[in-house]
Amino acid sequence: MPADSLAPKEPTPPLKLWLPAVAAAWFVPGLGHFLLKRPIRAMLLFSSVVVMFAAGLLMRGTFFEPQTGDLLNTVIYVGGFLGDLASGLLYLVTVWFGYAQPDVAGHVHDYGTKFLVGAGLLNVLAMVDAYEIATGKKE
Amino acid sequence: MSLSHFEAAVLFALITSIVLGIVTKKTDRERIRYAAYCFACFVGTLFGLGWLMYLGHR
Repeated sequence: MPADSLAPKEPTPPLKLWLPAVAAAWFVPGLGHFLLKRPIRAMLLFSSVVVMFAAGLLMRGTFFEPQTGDLLNTVIYVGGFLGDLASGLLYLVTVWFGYAQPDVAGHVHDYGTKFLVGAGLLNVLAMVDAYEIATGKKE
Repeated sequence: MSLSHFEAAVLFALITSIVLGIVTKKTDRERIRYAAYCFACFVGTLFGLGWLMYLGHR
């Protein structure tokens, strides 16, 4: 048996300690850091995610819709959808206002699609950071 | 908005580097240095791959 499996597991931090910050970080990029009293980082994260998301929209990128089929399709479309959804309110408001760009050929549209997913993935990094700050693993 | 490949890739690199700097390092000095390092790596890779594709198509 490996030595790692014998080491005592770190207790999971209580939900109420980190869930509000992580949920806020998902809903509005940077809000988690703001609630954790890191306003400058919050502002930088908010600006970064919003600029990337807005650039994706201005390039008429496409939102992924979850589709299943073979493994590659499932990974790309479900993963892409989750990436889009990770932008939180930005994604929800955009869809609510009826943004539905069809998938067309062209490098600008293609970059736009990647920017939209990229904004969500950057927000996932921000959520992980908020979790680590909230649980005291990081300053 | 119509950006070239290069402009779009540099914009992506810039924003991603800022976020990576913020979330991975502990002090502001380290964050700025790491963001600059990431940006340099992105742009270096961009030029490297650009030349590779150019030479590969000759």
